[in-house]
Amino acid sequence: MHVVYPAVVSALLFSIGVYGVLARRNTILVLMSVELMLNAVNLNLVVFDVWLRDRLHSGQVLTLFVIVIAAAEVGLGLAIILALYRNRRTVDLDRLRSLSDSTDPAPSGSSDPVPPGKTDPVPAGETDTRQGDAS
Amino acid sequence: MITIASLVILLPFLAAAAGLLGSRFPRRPRSVTPPEAGDRTAPQPGASEPRTSEIDASEPGTSSVGTSRVALTPDADANRRAAWIAVVPTAISAALAIWLAYATWAAGRGGIESPAPAGPGAQGAIDGVSATFAVIETGSVPISVGLLVDGLAASIAVLVGVVALAVQVYSVGYMRGDRRYPSYSSFISLFTSAMLLVVYAADLLVLYVGWEIMGLCSYLLVGHWWEDRANSRAAIKAFLVTRIGDVGFLFGIFVLGTAAGSFRIADVIAKVPEMSSGTLIAATMLLLAGVAGKSAQVPLHVWLPDAMAGPTPISALIHAATMVAAGIFVVARLYPAFLGAQPTLDILAVLAALGMLGAALAALAQDDLKRVLAYSTISQLAYMAGALAAGSRSAAVFHLITHGAFKALLFLCAGAVIHAVGSNLMSMMGGLRRDLPVTFAAMTIGFAALVGLPPASGFFSKDEVLVAIERSLSSGSLTGAAALLLYGCALTTVAVTGAYATRAWLRTFFGQRAPQPHPLPELQPASGTPHAVQTAVPPAAYTAVHEAPATMRWPILVLAVPALLLGLVRVGDVHWGTAALGLAVALLGAGVVYAAWRSDSMRDPARLLGPFRAPCERAFYVDSLYAGLFVRPTLLLASLVARTDSRVVDGAVRGSGQATLGLARLVRLAQNGNAQLYITGLLAGVLLIAAWAVIFR
Repeated sequence: MHVVYPAVVSALLFSIGVYGVLARRNTILVLMSVELMLNAVNLNLVVFDVWLRDRLHSGQVLTLFVIVIAAAEVGLGLAIILALYRNRRTVDLDRLRSLSDSTDPAPSGSSDPVPPGKTDPVPAGETDTRQGDAS
Repeated sequence: MITIASLVILLPFLAAAAGLLGSRFPRRPRSVTPPEAGDRTAPQPGASEPRTSEIDASEPGTSSVGTSRVALTPDADANRRAAWIAVVPTAISAALAIWLAYATWAAGRGGIESPAPAGPGAQGAIDGVSATFAVIETGSVPISVGLLVDGLAASIAVLVGVVALAVQVYSVGYMRGDRRYPSYSSFISLFTSAMLLVVYAADLLVLYVGWEIMGLCSYLLVGHWWEDRANSRAAIKAFLVTRIGDVGFLFGIFVLGTAAGSFRIADVIAKVPEMSSGTLIAATMLLLAGVAGKSAQVPLHVWLPDAMAGPTPISALIHAATMVAAGIFVVARLYPAFLGAQPTLDILAVLAALGMLGAALAALAQDDLKRVLAYSTISQLAYMAGALAAGSRSAAVFHLITHGAFKALLFLCAGAVIHAVGSNLMSMMGGLRRDLPVTFAAMTIGFAALVGLPPASGFFSKDEVLVAIERSLSSGSLTGAAALLLYGCALTTVAVTGAYATRAWLRTFFGQRAPQPHPLPELQPASGTPHAVQTAVPPAAYTAVHEAPATMRWPILVLAVPALLLGLVRVGDVHWGTAALGLAVALLGAGVVYAAWRSDSMRDPARLLGPFRAPCERAFYVDSLYAGLFVRPTLLLASLVARTDSRVVDGAVRGSGQATLGLARLVRLAQNGNAQLYITGLLAGVLLIAAWAVIFR
């Protein structure tokens, strides 16, 4: 099999991932798109490892490495998303705009649909986390 | 001798420094003294008055400084210390000045040289004792710091010292309880020192130093009660108007100094015959500007009546006896230079003629006693200027000295009257001769001297001035028309002087007081006289007129002696023909006013002026004219500049700020908080860089 085919597949996979990261609204799907990009890289690593006949198989070793890191990253990312959801009752990226310029009236107001103090399902200890970004 | 002279100058100067720095020195704890009201207006209507009425009276004026009142309460100890610090050095200084004058006369350099109408340089050559302490190299013409004592300087210094001493003593009583008395007395000391420096200076620039310090002191003292806006405005006006003249004066000094190659007065006068007439005319014209400013001569006289806003002793010291005499003194000092410049003398004559008559007419219509005296001062100074223009320095200086004595006396008496009545306005006075016998007697002497009645000093000096002017008619030292104008105005002014002096005398001391006193503010004339005394007279104080305290009575009595007798030293020089003419004219003026007053003693004899009265009361609208000609264009220009500054200059600064903010707002649109947008931007950047790297490498 020519090396072009897997390379094209991995490029497509990476592009899909980029598109997902840039365009999706759901934070979980964005996380999944990141996984897609990582896997495109994995595919590339394996393909070129084979194509180059690397005696040490460093490509495959690196792939395992990436898989481990991706697993850790997903765990961390999901935890963040969970915390986000508990605080904001949403995982919609368009509505999470606490980073915006606060004097600009249009987008920043909508970032916090639930007035503070009414997000009761959250345990008391976790409410502190949003004090920084509410601004 | 020079050491004594420098002591005479230095003592008041040190007193000023000590008074300013030291008199408040061990401070009393502030909490001990409750704020004491009614102290701002020194001439209280009767010291026995209950305090409450005075609180009401002076509260509007003091409310502007209400917050800092506690810190400013009069410190009786400080005032007493300041009084001692002020009076004792001035007394020593005056005594030394008298001794110096005596020594000068004894040494045969004495007197004011008799007129010798020869060429320039013959008269007034300096033959006094002089010394130079230091020479300041300036690169071109050096400045020699030195003093000069001759007959002229010594006699004027006596006048300055004695009047200053009298005023200092008088102020102790007049300003009792004033919370700024220490600085006030220090400024008087500083002023005395500066005037003595002018008198004794051997160098024109040293003289100029004293000249400027006097201007400063005048400003500070006129504005003594600066809480009142009118007073501070009067002070600024006095400062600015004299400053206009001083610019000319300084340049006149420069012209003379560079032409003579030295600023020393003796050198300058020695070089006068060698100077071209153009140089002399330019220099003397410029000097004349300064003289007109300081001596309140016609184009620049407007500040003097307003300067009456200061405390009355200040009016006596600065604006009657000494500072205004400085201009005349300088002309006398540099008289050879003036004699060499014929056109300057003509102009001086015309200005003097206009000034003496105009000011006398204005004095006739004023209701404010101090303003009457102020215009009278302008008029009398014009007499001196006229005598100088007519070529007689001795007459001018003699009149200067007698005028200093009797005008200071008149002002101090007026202060006593105002102190007793609590008002400046003559319509509030009348019938005071029974209540104030001492003041009445002294003021009668003063008015007699002013009018020129025989035994008083003014008779002799005014006679000399008239003789000098009469002589200039024939001798041709002046242009014919100018001499004729001067002579006519001088004679007319003698009559008008008699009239206004009689009017003021009658309205103050005779008749009876106005039936019901109104609160003062409503009585103030429309012309906006800045009154020193803002105390409304409570009806209770109205009858309680009493003689001034001893510290005020003694200076009056002491000054009354020279005002009465000073003329007798020149009794041999009287020209009885001219004297009789002058006396007759003066009595004519006085008689007309007396007749008018007799017919209806309650009405103002100024009604004789008829429709002419209003222009006289406003001093022929010179103030309005200047306001229209100079003040308003200047203010317009100033507002234009201010607007340019705020719109254009500040606009550029503010505009750049606004532009930055606008641009920033534009850029801020990108910062909308969407992380995906940021990443898109990042990716686009990466792609761009990658593309650039691929294409252009």
